[in-house]
Amino acid sequence: MEIFIQQTINAVSLGGTYALLALGLAIIFSIMGMINFAHGELMTITGYTLMYCGIAGFPFIIAAPIAITIAILAALIMERVAFRPVRNSSGATMLVTSFAVAVILQTLFQNLISPRSQAVILPDMLAQSIHFGGLSIGINQILSISITLTILVILNWFLRKTILGMAMRAAAEDFSVARLMGARANAVIAGAFAISGALAGVAGVLWVAQRASVDPLMGFIPVLKAFIAAILGGLGSLTGAVAGGFALGFIEIYLAAYLPDHIQPYREALALGIVIFLLLLRPHGLVPAFNVGREKV
Amino acid sequence: MAILTVEGLHVHYGAVEAVRDVTLSIDDGEIVALLGANGAGKSSTLNAIVGLVPPHTGAVGFRGKSLVGLPTEQLVRLGITLTPEGRRVFGSLTVEENLLLGSMPLGKSGDRRKENLERMFSLFPILVQRRNQIAGTLSGGQQQMLAIARSLMSSPKLLLLDEPSLGLAPQIVDTIFDQIVALRDSGITILLVEQNVAMSLEVADRGYVMAAGSIVTSGTAQDLNSSHLVEQAYLGHE
Ligand SMILES: Nc1ncnc2c1ncn2[C@@H]1O[C@H](COP(=O)(O)OP(=O)(O)OP(=O)(O)O)[C@@H](O)[C@H]1O
Ligand SMILES: [Mg+2]
Repeated sequence: MEIFIQQTINAVSLGGTYALLALGLAIIFSIMGMINFAHGELMTITGYTLMYCGIAGFPFIIAAPIAITIAILAALIMERVAFRPVRNSSGATMLVTSFAVAVILQTLFQNLISPRSQAVILPDMLAQSIHFGGLSIGINQILSISITLTILVILNWFLRKTILGMAMRAAAEDFSVARLMGARANAVIAGAFAISGALAGVAGVLWVAQRASVDPLMGFIPVLKAFIAAILGGLGSLTGAVAGGFALGFIEIYLAAYLPDHIQPYREALALGIVIFLLLLRPHGLVPAFNVGREKV
Repeated sequence: MAILTVEGLHVHYGAVEAVRDVTLSIDDGEIVALLGANGAGKSSTLNAIVGLVPPHTGAVGFRGKSLVGLPTEQLVRLGITLTPEGRRVFGSLTVEENLLLGSMPLGKSGDRRKENLERMFSLFPILVQRRNQIAGTLSGGQQQMLAIARSLMSSPKLLLLDEPSLGLAPQIVDTIFDQIVALRDSGITILLVEQNVAMSLEVADRGYVMAAGSIVTSGTAQDLNSSHLVEQAYLGHE
């Protein structure tokens, strides 16, 4: 029982990080119809900012908001420089563009920083645990879960209660009509990138806080997972992205915890197998997007 | 005094020429009907006026100011709004959220927003009790009223209505046409695109008839009603 609770906490923590990343992908996709594969590099940028802040001697509590701010700025620059010029192009063009941005950034990290993994200085506090009733819960995980939930609550409030948030939901459904109502296309899209940058930044901080290192390809795997989570949840659906993120976190952690040792090497394949099985049951995802297949922008 | 002028408008979709050399003008306070069979180019004309499709050539002016090249989101701030064909309410948003989005150009003016919201609720009482309902679950007629109300939330001077009666029961169509007259009486100028010729000419002051992308005839509603030009345009000979 204790192991189960422990593993569930692990699953919520990992799933929460996937959920944040998947949300970032879903917000951009829902509005622009583009999968931003360079989303992972926003995480990596966050990681390097944490690293440099640590070297400069900034405490983590200051470094983290700086790193998230840098991720937001990087997302806005990405949109302005790379994605705005191809905004009205086909989905394939946008996809290739985002791949190119990802590869360019990875190459820059490799050449300007280091191809190897760099240590990130973290406060000792993060590695500690609190114990109660036979459970030992890492501070790291408590922070990760509470930060994730806070972000989800704030984002939900923003999307439901502010005019810009409503405009973003409206634009995700019917961009032309949102513009007819006066939603400024550039503001809506830049807003979406700022939010996705913030989400990638927070996820990046949480990711690095677990690993204490950063490397040029750090963002690749988690964003691949987030992409799977977003599809599992229902591509373009924000609630779906969150559901898919948590679902994937639970699947991965429980498999890691409960699969017999000799099957463990097949864990990833099995996890994906479960995802595919769920998608066979629900082809549009766990919580389908409202306008599956509608034209974007 | 013309509120809207369109001169020599052409719209192309690839090789298809959907609108050819359309010229029309609307005076302040008028209801003008733009009639024509399916595919005549009526929606394309409206969409070109609001910049949703780029006009190939031609001039569009609103109170003497050129609209060509302005982004769509700017027009509603000048006082022009289009209620698009097929209603296109935001189906995953609530009725009230749809209405609030219509008031985006009012900026931070919370009072005017609230005032307009109350006005829409008294104009379309059905929307009051549906306030928190997801718009996608409204009936067709309710969605059309929501679509019109949403357009009115910005306090427009000129309202472009694209087939508001499409697919609605006769009773609802009557209500909608009554509303159109009431809106004009409240000072809004209206360009009405319709398939329902008889009812449109009943409420309109003037009309234009399109066929195959061009305007084939125009005149006062009375003239159009008494001549056979409209029927001929629908039948395809001029
Ligand atoms: N996005 C588009 N791409 C290509 N062709 C289009 C597009 N929109 C309209 N057309 C074509 O342009 C012509 C005019 O269409 P439009 O929608 O303006 O007609 P309409 O008068 O509004 O018809 P309806 O009464 O059926 O709404 C049609 O032949 C149509 O097929
Ligand atoms: Mg039409």
